[in-house]
Amino acid sequence: MRIHFKTSYEHDIRLFPDRWSFGVYAALLILAVLLPFLIGEFYLGEVTNVLIWAIAGLGLMLLTGQTGQASLGHAAFLAVGCYANTILIEQGVPFIIAFPLAGVITGLVGVVIAIPVLRLHGIYLAIATIALSILADDIIVLLEPWTGGVSGKFPEVINIFGFEIERWTMPTRFYYLVLVVTVVCTLFYRNLLRSPLGRAFAAVRDSEVSATAMGVHIARTKGTAFGLSCMITGWAGALMGYYAGTFNNETFSLVISITLLMMIVIGGLGSIHGAFFGAVVVAFLPQALSIGKDLFIGGSVAIPGLETGVFGLILILFILFEPMGIYGRWMKIRIWFELFPFARKDMFKRQKSYLKTERLR
Amino acid sequence: MTLRNSSTPAKLTLGRKLLSRIDRKKTYSLVCFSSAVTKTPSLKKGACGSRRAAREEIGQDTARPGWREDNLDVLQLLVSGLANGCVYGLIALGFVLIYKATEAVNFAQGDFMMLGAFITLGLTNAHHMGLPFWVAAPLAIGIMALLGYLLDFFVLRHLFGQSQTAVVILTIALGFVIRFVAGVIWGHEPQTLESPLALGDIKMGGVVLGMADVAVIVVTVLLTLFLYQFFQRTKLGLAMQAASQNQMAAYYMGVPVKRVQGMIWGLAGAVAAVAGILFASKGAIDPNAGLLGIKAFAAAVIGGFGSLPGALAGGLIVGVIEPFAARYLAAGYSQIAPYALLLAVLIFRPHGLFSQVRVKKV
Repeated sequence: MRIHFKTSYEHDIRLFPDRWSFGVYAALLILAVLLPFLIGEFYLGEVTNVLIWAIAGLGLMLLTGQTGQASLGHAAFLAVGCYANTILIEQGVPFIIAFPLAGVITGLVGVVIAIPVLRLHGIYLAIATIALSILADDIIVLLEPWTGGVSGKFPEVINIFGFEIERWTMPTRFYYLVLVVTVVCTLFYRNLLRSPLGRAFAAVRDSEVSATAMGVHIARTKGTAFGLSCMITGWAGALMGYYAGTFNNETFSLVISITLLMMIVIGGLGSIHGAFFGAVVVAFLPQALSIGKDLFIGGSVAIPGLETGVFGLILILFILFEPMGIYGRWMKIRIWFELFPFARKDMFKRQKSYLKTERLR
Repeated sequence: MTLRNSSTPAKLTLGRKLLSRIDRKKTYSLVCFSSAVTKTPSLKKGACGSRRAAREEIGQDTARPGWREDNLDVLQLLVSGLANGCVYGLIALGFVLIYKATEAVNFAQGDFMMLGAFITLGLTNAHHMGLPFWVAAPLAIGIMALLGYLLDFFVLRHLFGQSQTAVVILTIALGFVIRFVAGVIWGHEPQTLESPLALGDIKMGGVVLGMADVAVIVVTVLLTLFLYQFFQRTKLGLAMQAASQNQMAAYYMGVPVKRVQGMIWGLAGAVAAVAGILFASKGAIDPNAGLLGIKAFAAAVIGGFGSLPGALAGGLIVGVIEPFAARYLAAGYSQIAPYALLLAVLIFRPHGLFSQVRVKKV
């Protein structure tokens, strides 16, 4: 067991608690950089998909896991990011400017939407964001001159100072692009958590009343969280557009929103690891299912709704038996080994809480 | 604040003794909120009133033949809108029931409705079980009530005390699972229910009313009235409200909170089955019919979660807006209308038109 002696406040907010964990993450990064030399192009594409979902997951995690506001409308922001990026590039803005700008635009859109919506909380917020997700589909169709409506759009080849990146013909280059964005977003998230703002997010999540008492401006904090969350989601959306190669009003549907939320719940709410674990599940589940189907009932039989059904079932089991998600389970196993003979059974028992109405506050 | 499990039964029995000693009314008035609902106008009047007004309109129209066609058209839209709205209202009733009693929202209520419709279909239709409709319908309602209770017993009870978001996500996932199961059992092709309600039309003035539409409206209004009275007047109804407002206080007052919550899920299942039967009588159903639930959300929110007549009113508003928007707005804008209304209500009156939220006095 490693014991951290904290001798200053700086120690408490270090990026890595000790050399060992720094080493682990460095090794992981090196592995990620070397990955194109280790696996084939098909699997590289799948890993790219995982990373893109993980970025989107990080975006939603910031809002749901960190600030405690459930959103079922993040597909709308994926769409905003994707369309903003493509339209900017079509207007002649170079990728290196258009891509960050797309995220910022999405963030601003998010803030504008957050101002009225964040007065709501709990289920009302969830319902408002569902409406948002449905409206996004129709609004994309209505804005046809810009968005191409039902026929959709095709993102152009990425061009960074003459260096071309394309998803299908050069998957390795696209993988590195996504990897860079992932690392930047992860570091951004991690550093945000160390800042006063990140602590304010957590305070709002845990108790709005206590957060107010500690001098946190609730509405402003929630708005900022929504904006930053949408910014990261916007980047993920832009990458998703490149990954898909074509997109229209139906690409970013309500199902994507719901999948995103479920993904971070399965991964483990409130942790960076959770976003990545969840992304692995979401990206590889369809493959795993089709392999399983080939084995058991033959590949030709199509079962509509199988993926979402199995996904739903996994989610129900997780909420019932492991509300902390995959990351929670991983933590428990790790701590069990770290403390070896001393781990107790009820170490992770939640405090029982009793419900009071929201209607009388 | 922690309350250990072991100490609850003792307190519960104490509560029961207290309960038996104190007058029932007094006991519950401690925990039950004085109803803001009573202020809301009864909806039966609303629905019937508009129909009566409609009939009067027809009378006037015959006097002025030039207006006739146009107004009849409006009337036809209104009636079909009301009938659709009643289905939304019934699903919304299910949301509200569960929200009122457990403060959770069942995002799978639309899929419950779909399941109820398919169970009835499976029992009634000739190529399935072939039971007579009037046997199959109560049976299906019973099965759905049982399913609702079992769902609470085996799944939701384990979430006791977890955040609302957990329940939201769980019920969304449940919706996926139900849709998948229904697809596997009954297939994905749209099917029609062989329902006696679906036969025949009634001609009133120049308006053609489907029997199914009339049945939907009548059953919905009756059911809402019944449930409304149930929550206002009966001991169980008050116990359900008490359990949602403050679980612990309800325990102390002798309300068996867990069993009450199970019952409410059963009741919601039964209401969903009724909605499903009526919906299936109006047209074909397929496993994706549950997505109708999203419109019912709009209904429940517009009515203010927590008010039964509000849910029906919201359903009617959404139901009526839809055909009119489709008729008078440009193609792209019409399907937005209900959701735009939902967002507008959420932004300007976040707790619905029939709000129950009041600021707690310290």
